[in-house]
Amino acid sequence: MKIFVDETKCQGHSRCYLTAPELFEIDDYGQSHPKITEDIPAELEEKAKLACENCPEFAITIDD
Amino acid sequence: MTSFLGPVSDWKTDFDVLDEKYIQFPFSIWDELRNTCPIAHSNRRGSNWLPTSYEDVTQIAHDVLNFSSTQVLVIPFMESRANTDDVGAQVLGYGAPPITSDPPLHTWTRRLILPWFSHAKVAQYEPLTLDICNSLIDNFKTDKFVDGAVQYAQQIPVRVIGHILGVPEYMTDTFTTWVRGFLEFADNSEQRFNSIKELVLYLISVIEERKQLLSDNVKLNDFISYLIEESKNNTQINDAIILGMSLLLLIAGIDTTWSAIGSSLMHLAQNPHDLELLKSNPEVLDTAVEEFLRAYSPVTMARVVTKDLDFKGCQMSKGDKVLMNFPAANRDPAVFENPNKVDLNRKINRHVAFGSGIHRCGGSNLARMELKTSIKTFVNRMPNFKIADPTKIVLAGGQVRGPRELPLEFI
Repeated sequence: MKIFVDETKCQGHSRCYLTAPELFEIDDYGQSHPKITEDIPAELEEKAKLACENCPEFAITIDD
Repeated sequence: MTSFLGPVSDWKTDFDVLDEKYIQFPFSIWDELRNTCPIAHSNRRGSNWLPTSYEDVTQIAHDVLNFSSTQVLVIPFMESRANTDDVGAQVLGYGAPPITSDPPLHTWTRRLILPWFSHAKVAQYEPLTLDICNSLIDNFKTDKFVDGAVQYAQQIPVRVIGHILGVPEYMTDTFTTWVRGFLEFADNSEQRFNSIKELVLYLISVIEERKQLLSDNVKLNDFISYLIEESKNNTQINDAIILGMSLLLLIAGIDTTWSAIGSSLMHLAQNPHDLELLKSNPEVLDTAVEEFLRAYSPVTMARVVTKDLDFKGCQMSKGDKVLMNFPAANRDPAVFENPNKVDLNRKINRHVAFGSGIHRCGGSNLARMELKTSIKTFVNRMPNFKIADPTKIVLAGGQVRGPRELPLEFI
């Protein structure tokens, strides 16, 4: 599973970082960036889905 | 606070966000509107539209060309004073960017503010917030009855913002009076005008004082001094921008978070099983805070329609206002399962309490930290409490909804 953040949609709500700090980091301007660009560890897949489902801007996508 | 326009009989065509029923029990009104007339209209305070669905609210929030942020006040201000009073003209002309602006002004002013509310920066304000919460609770002494709004919730955000702006703590109560006077007593335009005028005059004097100190090479690390220093390399940052941005921090950072803290405490006092849950499972706090934000979203902002247009069958005219009903969007069953149930364990919660689109609340990281710290500290130190007298709860509404008096009893 891979995770992507659409930087044109992200507005810095930080919900992904709060849900899965292992997978996302937020810069000084609120922009979210995936910490892992390759396949994420299997044990974090549930958290990745939750991060995706909590983004108010629909900015996160998951590639299974 | 009762609206001087009289009670509402038809919410679809004649709503009033200052109606007592709307302030006390808005949830059933939103549900009814969402089912029967999802974008209501009223001519009570100018021509205003009130969307109630998540889809409509977020779509309008993202359409910044047709829906401008140059008029964000839910209750219109007395624009006529701008022509007769110099300070009035300043207040109304300056605005408080980025919240009262569209791109491109919005874009660069927002970039000046955001680093002050990054996660790393907010972590620096956490020990101060914890100290504030603890000393407020120390002041309860052995009292059996306290006001959770006046003696606790109201006192926290203003002190943190005061620290960020570098203003003395003794100004706390005065700031609160000014901000409430401006935002809450919307039907008293004289009080409103005087509140914002006094606040602006005070900030102008602070800005002048900081400029003097900085020119004397005094090291200052507050937000106002930062803007003054940045203005030396960026001619766009003039005095009006420095004033407007400082004003924004005070106005947006006080009433809003205080309301969220108060509503959260009110919920816990009214729902002992949720208080027990938080005590026995402190890790629930993370989802609980998002649920409090969703279910009791404090903030409604306005947008102004920039040209005549048709939005989903509503004929909107240039100059009409749209009241961005984020609180109602957050109770839309199309997006939230069982939305009128407050579930502190709610795992999927795409709420827009901090807005949606480019105006996402710039201080949301700070607000969240203040909410978590204040609730956790209160529940740890005063674990058993309930509402002392439900009839004595006083709610404010309109632009910012939340308890202004919250009589609690420790048991």
